[in-house]
Amino acid sequence: MRNEVLVAITSDRDVVLARQTGRSMATELGLSKSEATLLATAISEVARNIVEYVGNGQILLCIVNLNGMEGIKVVASDSGPGIENVEMALQDGQSSGGRLGLGLPGARRLMDEFHMVSEIGEGTTVTMTKWKGPRRG
Amino acid sequence: MPVPILKQGPYLVASIQDALSDREVLELQENLLKQIGEVRASGIIVDVTAMDVIDSFASRSLRTVALTTRLRGAEMVIVGIQPDVAFAMVQFGLLMDDVNTALDLEEGLEFLDSWIAGRTFDDEE
Repeated sequence: MRNEVLVAITSDRDVVLARQTGRSMATELGLSKSEATLLATAISEVARNIVEYVGNGQILLCIVNLNGMEGIKVVASDSGPGIENVEMALQDGQSSGGRLGLGLPGARRLMDEFHMVSEIGEGTTVTMTKWKGPRRG
Repeated sequence: MPVPILKQGPYLVASIQDALSDREVLELQENLLKQIGEVRASGIIVDVTAMDVIDSFASRSLRTVALTTRLRGAEMVIVGIQPDVAFAMVQFGLLMDDVNTALDLEEGLEFLDSWIAGRTFDDEE
């Protein structure tokens, strides 16, 4: 199994490819079907954001090990205009594009870790991780 | 590949065969809304058993078809949402409170049959 897969995101077909690749990596790593579906749904959202708001970008999927935990890390990045207020973009009902802002806050709820950084004129990167097995706490 | 839509009695049945791209979801939405008038269907069943993911876009599109169908005087029911997909939708916060769902095609047909029966009864009152 490859530890890292890079998926170029340029169209709605790539959104499907990215989430299916993430799902198969998760399943091979031994994540449950439910965990794999949570991951695939979150990937679908961040990939769609790239297509809708920027047009193109990439999603890096990798297997991570930390303190005996295994999981799938997703790094979704673009070189778009960037988001001025990241905190606001992560609130329910907010969206810089004027559409229903469900995607990012929803994706955050599905993942165990979620970070978003954005620089105006530079682009946006969302880094999120789904761990295998029951959560701590 | 477009989602096949078959006419079964007074209903339209759309059986999604594979994961759908956003464009394919929109095509399905358009085709269903077009056909419901053309064939004068009383109900629509959308079978989503094969859908790998129902995210914000897919759920919004399905809900749009359901509510539009209702405004046209018909009713829609979504069948076959997989347990892991349903779980993800709840975690996400995608609630489709105003959309009918049923376990499978058979229960979906039963739902629409009783909806039609109820509608006829109301008309006679």
